[in-house]
Amino acid sequence: MKTIQNIGLVIFLIGLAIFTVLPLSGTFKLEQSSFNSIIAEKNIKSEVFIQNIENNIVGKELSGMQSLSPLVKDALNNANETHVKNKEYGKKIYTSSSDMATAIGKKSGIGFIAKNKGIVWFLTFGLGIIGALMFILPNAILLGKKGIKNDGVYHGKDTNRGWIAWMVFIFLVSFYLVLYFASEYATNWTFAVDPISESLSGNPAGHWFVYGFMYCIVMSVMAVRMYIKYRHNMYQVVRTTSVLFFQIVFAFLIPEIMVRLQMPYYDFKNAFPLDYDFFFQWNLKSLLNSGGIGLFILVWGIVLTLVFVPVMVYFFGKRWYCSWVCGCGGLAETLGDPYRQHSSKSLFSWKVERWLIHGVLLFALIMTGLTLYSFFAETSTVLGIKTSSIQNLYSLLIGSIFAGVIGTGFYPIFGNRVWCRFGCPLAAYLGFVQRFKSRFRITTNGGQCISCGNCSTYCEQGIDVRSYAQKGENIVRSSCVGCGVCSAVCPRGVLKLENGPEEGRINPTEVLLGNDVDLMELVNKK
Amino acid sequence: MENIVIIGNGISGITTARHIRKLSDKKITIISAESDYFFSRTALMYVYMGHMKFEHTQPYENWFWKKNRINLVNDYVKSVDHENKELVLKKGATIPYDKLVIATGSKPNKFGWPGQDLDGVYGMYSKQDLLGIEKNAPDNKKCKRAVIVGGGLIGIEMAEMLRSREIPVTFLVREKSFWNGVLPEGESQLINEHILDHHIDLRLDTNLEEIISDKKGYAKAVRTDKGDIIDCDLVGLTAGVTPNIDFLKGSGIELGRGVKVNRYLETNIEDIYAIGDCAEQHEGIGKRRPIEAVWYTGRMMGETLAQTICDNKTKYSPGHWFNSAKFLDIEYQTYGWVNSERNLPEYEQHFHWRHTSENICITISYEKETKEFLGINTFGIRMRHEIFDRWLTEKRDLNYVLEHLKDANFDPEFYKKNENSIVSKFNSEFNTTISPKKKSWKRIFSKA
Repeated sequence: MKTIQNIGLVIFLIGLAIFTVLPLSGTFKLEQSSFNSIIAEKNIKSEVFIQNIENNIVGKELSGMQSLSPLVKDALNNANETHVKNKEYGKKIYTSSSDMATAIGKKSGIGFIAKNKGIVWFLTFGLGIIGALMFILPNAILLGKKGIKNDGVYHGKDTNRGWIAWMVFIFLVSFYLVLYFASEYATNWTFAVDPISESLSGNPAGHWFVYGFMYCIVMSVMAVRMYIKYRHNMYQVVRTTSVLFFQIVFAFLIPEIMVRLQMPYYDFKNAFPLDYDFFFQWNLKSLLNSGGIGLFILVWGIVLTLVFVPVMVYFFGKRWYCSWVCGCGGLAETLGDPYRQHSSKSLFSWKVERWLIHGVLLFALIMTGLTLYSFFAETSTVLGIKTSSIQNLYSLLIGSIFAGVIGTGFYPIFGNRVWCRFGCPLAAYLGFVQRFKSRFRITTNGGQCISCGNCSTYCEQGIDVRSYAQKGENIVRSSCVGCGVCSAVCPRGVLKLENGPEEGRINPTEVLLGNDVDLMELVNKK
Repeated sequence: MENIVIIGNGISGITTARHIRKLSDKKITIISAESDYFFSRTALMYVYMGHMKFEHTQPYENWFWKKNRINLVNDYVKSVDHENKELVLKKGATIPYDKLVIATGSKPNKFGWPGQDLDGVYGMYSKQDLLGIEKNAPDNKKCKRAVIVGGGLIGIEMAEMLRSREIPVTFLVREKSFWNGVLPEGESQLINEHILDHHIDLRLDTNLEEIISDKKGYAKAVRTDKGDIIDCDLVGLTAGVTPNIDFLKGSGIELGRGVKVNRYLETNIEDIYAIGDCAEQHEGIGKRRPIEAVWYTGRMMGETLAQTICDNKTKYSPGHWFNSAKFLDIEYQTYGWVNSERNLPEYEQHFHWRHTSENICITISYEKETKEFLGINTFGIRMRHEIFDRWLTEKRDLNYVLEHLKDANFDPEFYKKNENSIVSKFNSEFNTTISPKKKSWKRIFSKA
């Protein structure tokens, strides 16, 4: 069994290595005809740029995006400088150099990678999946009897911030940086998944398709790990199935199929303000121009946030969204599960958390307010501030850096819910409802707590669960996403997630059940 | 300002300090030589197993003590001079007190076995024990076998710890079946089977005769009363605990096995109290033993004593007995009294149910004539403390308990429920026709 795991690990690492060198591999040759179609598509009027590209790139064989990208960048900067100097603003190109290189790269791939998409897919995703499963599946036997399997979590180089964790950190951060800021280097990855994208939406894959596809693959494989690890715990099994279903069907398949049906790309479960660009002008226009379905999405998006989400939180707590439905939560609960113990439980972190997450919510609301004002007043500036620059700032700081690079990249170091705990504006909103008007709580079982600290250690949201449990108090916290792991790891059966009457949900106690009845009454009443 | 000094920073001492601080402005000092800060002793095993780091066993952050003006002293109390109301510490200082709380806990039992103090022989009680075990049994290369002596809760935890690093374990248990002085036969049998399932070499009805030393004074083998010699690199002594009170001998404080206290937790000397594992009641309260080395009772004594010290003199009156433990993968909870066959009173009878395939079982004890519910043991099912506490107070009968058993279930959501199976076995044994009632929030949260 161990041998199978080791072979699996090697296969996985080979797949990962090939995946990692892909961005710098391959050959690109831009044909004149392809370039012409890009000029038409992007409506490029700069003859300086066109000339430059035709001289330096068209017809030439370039090896690797690292050769192609700088040429595009130079050409673009050069052209724009020239036009600004000559005050030819109509000719200026507003596409970023990275996007331009992505567009050119996608159309000019030649050679092995672009020609053998199936083989490249197998050598990267295929080997990764096979290797990972060979590594994970034997645990069904190796882990022994059903029960909590946290042996050695704080001894491993991977789960205790050792060198493996730091390597994972570097890999994830780099991956997100490529995705958000240098997407041209993802071109070869997109080739590998082109056949899948074409079979779904009919279009070749872009880097966001790579991301969406990978997201589903990673979650599925790591969900297998969850099923094995928590096979004694039906709550975890059902919950994992639920997040997996919503990711694959709602976040991935339905939007792609909608594109094929000429409908707007939309994830029906992605609620504003997590879906921060829902009210952006381009989205509203696209929805309003899409007929009945567009209007339906517009109404659904508003009802989802204003009615459906809070009502569900009232009945079930925010867990129904954060750890049963949400994609960010889904990745955190599968890929991130080995790192859940790294969330800081200090009071200081809690203070930071409250400032940050509510700050982001405020930022999102202000940005959306400005956006809607601009939309209806048909102006691009409010009080001298350009709406689009606020939007761009939010997209960059919150949407890309916080949610992506930090949110997932920092899993191995700060735990798997950094984004959900410190940044997600939707979580902040649901948190208010959960804290002040909900039937959900984690019940503490009388006086049975022994203060061991397993619950706090494995709380991904950094809640010091023990500090409540050892006082006999129920846990009612806005940040709790209801993953259920505190209850699972408790060795004394003290914690239970449940939805019950609001009355008595918060139960401050000082003297715990089991002691003198009169004393309990006397002290707890005060 | 009154000066309260507490010896021992375990759950009892810390609970007392916290509650005194809630109630008053008194000066509070806690002395411990074991650790700088309070930690949860019950969690030490998880540090060795790699579930947690030591810092995770500390329920309060380090700034907590200063903020709450609780003065921590890392030292060992050599003696108590009650006439001058002061303590003499090992490092030389003396500390005066107005009121003294002795909360020094327990130490592992040693019954005079030859070799019991050799290197490589450990209890599993203190932080120092943990460090020693970590040093001598870091893996199964350095420690090729460990022998654990004593089949109680700490013994099985120590076996679980060592097995987490795949160290072969031989487990010597004096009784004919694991913990059968406490557990009824069916449950004890379930745990025997579970221990063997975990590849632990369980030797029932076996006593330790001698721990054999190598040339360097290090334990290298044990000899049992069956004549077997078992080579090993580590010996765990887990045959129960005894109050840690040697430093009080000759102090004038009345001692038995523990520090003798009355129901107000007062010793024979004014302004000196004792709580937790080290306190011994003159007579056991209810069916409780005079010394209760249990986490919960330590905490409850702390809650009570703080009232007395803060001028609300309160008798220590623990409510209905409850406890919990975990045997490897099997959680155990108990509410009320369920006695083993060994101590079974004449009036007590049992109803036992065991799952056909999983490690789940329960035993309900009841009064033979009146069918009054006396207590329940559950294995692999979590139950609500509050509900059973209430049913015990209300002196409910067996039928009521079975009928409302779903109210008491505390398992996580989506778990398979067993109440129907339990009740149907009960019906066939008792010729009743009870049908279990649906869980009712109203009943669960009603304050009777």
